[in-house]
Amino acid sequence: MMGYENQGYEEAHLYTPKEQMSSIVLADDPSPPSNGSKSFNDDPLSSSSQFVDIPTDDTDPLRSPPSKKSLNPSNSSINSILEPPSYAEAVFRSFDLDSVDSADINGQDHSALASPSFSSTYLKISVSDPLREQELSGSLVPGGNSYISYLITTFTNMPEFNGTEFNVRRRFKDVVTLADRLAENYRGPDKSVVESQVMQTNEFVEQRRAALEKYLRRLASHPVIRGSEELRVFLEASGKMTLVRTTDVASRMLDGAVRLPKQLIGGNGGAADMGEVTQPAKGGRDLLRIFKELKQSVTNDWGGAKPPIVEDDKEFLERKEKLQDFEQQLVNVSQQAESLVKAQQDIGETMGQLGLAFVKLTKFETEEAIYDSQRARAADMKNVATAAVKASRLYRELNAQTVKHLDKLHEYLGVMLAVNNAFSDRSSAFLTVQTLLSDLSSLHSRIEKLEAASSKIFGGDRSRIRKIEELRETVRVTEDAKNSAVREYEQIKNPKNVNVEVFLDDDSDIDVDGSDGDETIDLENE
Amino acid sequence: MGTVYHGQPWFGQRLAEKHDFLRERVLMNVQQRSGSGPLVQSPRSPSSQSPYLTVSVSDPAKMGNGVQAYISYKVITKTNLPEYEGPEKIVIRRYSDFVWLRDRLFEKYKGVFIPPLPEKSTVEKFRFSAEFIEMRRQALDVFVNRIASHHELQQSEDLRIFLQADEQTMERARSQETGIFKKKPADLMQIFKDVQSKVSDVVLGKEKPVEESNPEYEKLKNYIFQLEDHLAEAQKHAYRLVKRHRELGQSLSDFGKAVKLLANCEGNVLGKAFTELGAKSEILSIKLQKEAHHLLMNFEEPLKDYVRAVQSIKATIAERANAFRHHYELAEAIKFKEIDMNKLRLTRSEKLGEAEHEYEELKADGAEAARRFDRIVKLMNEEIVRFQEQKTLDMGLAFHEFAKGQARLANSIAEAWRSLLPKLEACSSA
Repeated sequence: MMGYENQGYEEAHLYTPKEQMSSIVLADDPSPPSNGSKSFNDDPLSSSSQFVDIPTDDTDPLRSPPSKKSLNPSNSSINSILEPPSYAEAVFRSFDLDSVDSADINGQDHSALASPSFSSTYLKISVSDPLREQELSGSLVPGGNSYISYLITTFTNMPEFNGTEFNVRRRFKDVVTLADRLAENYRGPDKSVVESQVMQTNEFVEQRRAALEKYLRRLASHPVIRGSEELRVFLEASGKMTLVRTTDVASRMLDGAVRLPKQLIGGNGGAADMGEVTQPAKGGRDLLRIFKELKQSVTNDWGGAKPPIVEDDKEFLERKEKLQDFEQQLVNVSQQAESLVKAQQDIGETMGQLGLAFVKLTKFETEEAIYDSQRARAADMKNVATAAVKASRLYRELNAQTVKHLDKLHEYLGVMLAVNNAFSDRSSAFLTVQTLLSDLSSLHSRIEKLEAASSKIFGGDRSRIRKIEELRETVRVTEDAKNSAVREYEQIKNPKNVNVEVFLDDDSDIDVDGSDGDETIDLENE
Repeated sequence: MGTVYHGQPWFGQRLAEKHDFLRERVLMNVQQRSGSGPLVQSPRSPSSQSPYLTVSVSDPAKMGNGVQAYISYKVITKTNLPEYEGPEKIVIRRYSDFVWLRDRLFEKYKGVFIPPLPEKSTVEKFRFSAEFIEMRRQALDVFVNRIASHHELQQSEDLRIFLQADEQTMERARSQETGIFKKKPADLMQIFKDVQSKVSDVVLGKEKPVEESNPEYEKLKNYIFQLEDHLAEAQKHAYRLVKRHRELGQSLSDFGKAVKLLANCEGNVLGKAFTELGAKSEILSIKLQKEAHHLLMNFEEPLKDYVRAVQSIKATIAERANAFRHHYELAEAIKFKEIDMNKLRLTRSEKLGEAEHEYEELKADGAEAARRFDRIVKLMNEEIVRFQEQKTLDMGLAFHEFAKGQARLANSIAEAWRSLLPKLEACSSA
């Protein structure tokens, strides 16, 4: 694939400079090249008179002139045609979902691009004022370690933020943490820029500052990441950064493994923490909780026993399925669009190469001509060469347009990611509730059994009574946790539905601007 | 002139017309150039009394099984020439029969640019593909007609055999090893290669003692060699362009299908719009495949034919070099013989008589060699003019087809999308 060029791709349609084109003289050139404007009045398609009127029947080309398709021999010398189309200048952006170029493009000229269709918010970040600070507690080396902190200034009108302007101090390490967290949950910009060695010289600091700023700006313009919780916390929370170091599996498992024995043995250690239940178990450190929910989900899928509550919102389930199907088709179309764009590019390139080969042939025949028949042939070849080179440029322009319009698909794919998260959040929350309810019911039945057993012993069984007390305490904690989880679930259940509605209706944006209407190859018009 | 063409309807018509056109051009051109030989005119001309000879190659059919399988063609000759069994004769021929004809003509008509044959196919599985067979049939048809309209070649006895003999005779002739014509295609290729390298040595100015010192001819040789390179490159890109058309067509088809599936996820208005978009894409895909085929047969093949023609000229160049060398060597031998004879005269040796006899023989051979060489030179001079004119016509037609096809394609594409827009407009207001 063509390498991605670091210029705004909206400029691509302006690329084919008129100066180059005018050296190839055309007879009929009524209208200026379309600059991809979306108004239907002025696109080349609406004026059919400009089109080549090739007779569809086979007429003898030598008896009748070959039609209005302006094959007038150029008056300028051959050399003006010899200026080859430089394909390196074709702006072509990889359509690959896994590439991070989308963020690049968005990051370059944030204000010039149409922001995501359902919000007109801004998020401006700047990095400045590097200061040397001392690492405070817990340092082994006497005198402490010093590090550089940067002032991160944010202006925003996004609703997720509690305010419009924030100033926080962050160090490089914090950005690395942010990048790691984001990498786990989102597909985002390349974080290699923030993975560098430790050194402290003046110009290095400046380099870092610039790199940080660039990186944060990219985050700010990524359609999904800009609304993420992690970024918000990073930008907003003053004082020490509270983002947990990493959620990578290994470290989580290690942390969780430390707690697990206590959870299994001790009394309340096994109860899910009220604050924690508002987060899905999967990404957390509570191993026991992870296991329990896993067991619950297995029970749900395979077990004969009915889980305490069942996801009964049929509409939700339907919608979920519909959206999954939609996403699947969207991915499919996106892939086909990618290969379509590549095919268009290829045909344009080959057409150009063919043109060049004929240019060389023309030159050769002209130089070596002894007979008039050769000169006539050379003239024909020159015309073909001219047309082929021109057609090649048109293909390039066409492709730039196509890329621009089909890019909408890619945007939607980005949004689908957030939608999926929303759906899975809800499912996780629901699973948590189910698990807790199941916990509760088993706790209750254990209490009952113990009470029954202890009542048989005259005077009560002290150990059992103590056990019952512990269990009741656990029940209380678990009840709290359950209530918290249910609240969380309800909260997820409601507002998200509304968002889904809005999202689905917005599909009407796809294609309406005649995205594929620009696939025209017109030999006459530029 | 009704010749039968196999293949799908969309190109049959076009090909027939193109072919007739080509044939007419070839015939008219030959007529203008030479007055000698039997007049050959298109039977469409008003005076149907005048002699004519037209041939067509058609109806490819697979014969035999397995490794032995081959394609046979129907060769139909329409003529009123007395030497031929008229007015129409049909024979069955296969590719190696054409090769036989080409080889015989090459041997007998040195100096003439023998029309080129399509290549022997190298890839096994491609050998019986419809496209390959059609390309070959077209090329063979052009080959025979060029021979039939060449004022020298058309008088050839071998041509008569080829067009008239029954299949057994033909097979016998083909496998016959008759004296100096005992050359198999492989051998011939080897000889061509040797000759080619000799010729290129000459062109490159390597030390070869015997060569013509004719600056014009040198220029011509240079021209031919460079021309082949340029043409080969153009042909390569033309072939790639055909492939690109096919690839784009495939992409559009896949895209259309995917979009149609997406349509099922959408509501009424939007779903319809998507379906329309998908349908248009699929329509355009078909147009692209069609154009790819048209491009192959009417643009890429003529270019390939051009390349082959240039290679045939190179073979003739090699023959001329041989003839020159032979003539020169004999001339040298005669000179030496004269010196010898004078020596013998002075010494009044008895060997003088024998020497004189040999001398006379040498002189006769020398004269013959000189004649042959001169004939080749004369023929080549005529041929090159004819060749240039013919190629200008051929390429003119090919270019015309190319441009026409591309414009037609562009029109279809623009039309398809243009017709889609109103339907999308309806959607945006919803």
